Amino acid sequence: MADLVSHPDEVRVISKRFGQGATDIERYLQLDGYQAVQKALAMQPDAIINEVKNSGLRGRGGAGFSTGMKWSFVPKQSAKPKYVLCNGDESEPGTCKDRLIFEHDPHSVIEGVMIAALAVGSHTGYIYIRGEYRYLSVIMQKAIKDAYAKGFLGKNIFGSGYDLDIYWHGGAGAYEVGEESALMESLEGKRGIPRIRPPFPAVVGLWGGPTVINNAETLAAVPHIILGGADWYAKLGTPKNGGTRMFCLAGHLNKPGVYELPMGYNLKKMIYEVGGGIPNGRSLKAVVPGGSSTPVLLPEEIDIPMDFDSVAKAGSMLGSGGVVVLDDTTCIVKFALRTIKFYQHESCGWCIPCREGTDWLKKTLTRFHAGAGLKKDVDNIYYLAENMLGKTFCPLGDAAAMPTMAFVKKFRKEFEDHLDGKPCPFEKAGAVEPVMA
Amino acid sequence: MRFSDEFETRFAEMLTHYPTKRSALVPTLLYAQDEAGSLTDEVIAELAGRLDLTELEVRNVISYYSMLTTKPRGKYNVQVCTNIACMLRGGEEILDHCKKKLGISHKGTTQDGLFSLEEVECIGACSWAPAAQVNYDFHENLTNAKMDQILDEYKKKGTQ
Repeated sequence: MADLVSHPDEVRVISKRFGQGATDIERYLQLDGYQAVQKALAMQPDAIINEVKNSGLRGRGGAGFSTGMKWSFVPKQSAKPKYVLCNGDESEPGTCKDRLIFEHDPHSVIEGVMIAALAVGSHTGYIYIRGEYRYLSVIMQKAIKDAYAKGFLGKNIFGSGYDLDIYWHGGAGAYEVGEESALMESLEGKRGIPRIRPPFPAVVGLWGGPTVINNAETLAAVPHIILGGADWYAKLGTPKNGGTRMFCLAGHLNKPGVYELPMGYNLKKMIYEVGGGIPNGRSLKAVVPGGSSTPVLLPEEIDIPMDFDSVAKAGSMLGSGGVVVLDDTTCIVKFALRTIKFYQHESCGWCIPCREGTDWLKKTLTRFHAGAGLKKDVDNIYYLAENMLGKTFCPLGDAAAMPTMAFVKKFRKEFEDHLDGKPCPFEKAGAVEPVMA
Repeated sequence: MRFSDEFETRFAEMLTHYPTKRSALVPTLLYAQDEAGSLTDEVIAELAGRLDLTELEVRNVISYYSMLTTKPRGKYNVQVCTNIACMLRGGEEILDHCKKKLGISHKGTTQDGLFSLEEVECIGACSWAPAAQVNYDFHENLTNAKMDQILDEYKKKGTQ
């Protein structure tokens, strides 16, 4: 069970039931549970979609696409069944927020799936949870069972005449499956190889039917929007970036943890005040602002609001909410190597730029970090990454390329310090000891 | 091939959740592996038969997912994360410590079959790093001393 933290600047929407026993359906009901779906049942589907559109809710998985807009792409009439799929395959390094939502408030995800289903006219939803999160699958399976026992799921929900089934589904270890089309392949019992798009899942998804795919945090926000109203939710954040965000503070910080802060909260403040600053009197070297795939930011680049548009303007991405902080003892070459090792391991191998690119990057960076790098390798690393960008079936290739290019661009000198047989300057100094705050 | 009653109940129910039988494959493989220790030829043949797949189709899926294995692991599979957030807070040192203490390397198993060790990718414990999983249990904010204690406890449990 992961520890909970708190900070006075937090605005608790998604996390308001954390630590309050809301896995128990009775307790969830006491805490306004299943009110939103009943309200949604009395609304027209278009009204639900408009409410979510107006709330400024954008995909919390990382892409930041408007949730209401995504729902509106699902055709009204469909010969094939429509589906709602909750993406709980949380695996972007630096990210551990969906885990807390499943652990403390599983019914909010179920309720979010229900409202999404009503909005798009679907009668079947799936909640996909990564295989490593077994204890959360146990919690979710029980939550679903309890919802059925109350008559909230199944035939004629809340006496409305609407039938709705929601099922749990589990993974077995694969980052790639977090990509929406690979997620559907996995749910269909196959290798998680991405599908070529278009057609997009909203038109041709699970078993060929129109499918809405949203991240668990996104769906958990939906009941709050329906109850509190789009205006209230939108005003919590910044223009076009409604609501709050579960930020996972990790790395070299005094008070790492998952904090729910308004969209647009200042990154510098997040690190120095919420996260308690850098331990052991060390200074900040860099920040990975939104999970391992997002380009690194330098200390002088972090006085920015953490919303999708502002972080994009700063040359990076808000991504999945994983804020990883690096102090001045961190070797960037080593960090870049560990990052690329991950993407090389997780590349499904389906398309060549990603399969070959991540492998060559790993080989080059390994050689480089061992001190056998040549001057031309620095440009080669950048060139390899650049040639993956935008050339792969799914965003995994981009996820590997973007951070690598930023590491080389912003820390070229540090790469050059590793050249021609020189040992890693950070290991030589003995500075890469573990930091235990 | 006999699975537990719990497995059979869950399997029968899962088949009603999807329009195709095959869709139950990935979670079913993991539950089957939990019971059989690994995905043996016998397990693969059994599940292929039940889901109207060829054994090759099942093996093709197994080889994709990192948690699935056709080789037996130790009773307690120690999975140490060394991905970025854990690396920054000493994940590699925890892994090295486990290697020394258990006398095995990545994907190795101790001679008594009690422990196996794996360096794994991000397990979703970034804010509580460094972290490891032993089978499905999370252990977080680790130090070498804490890891010792955890391994000793499993050893005691496993040899009782």
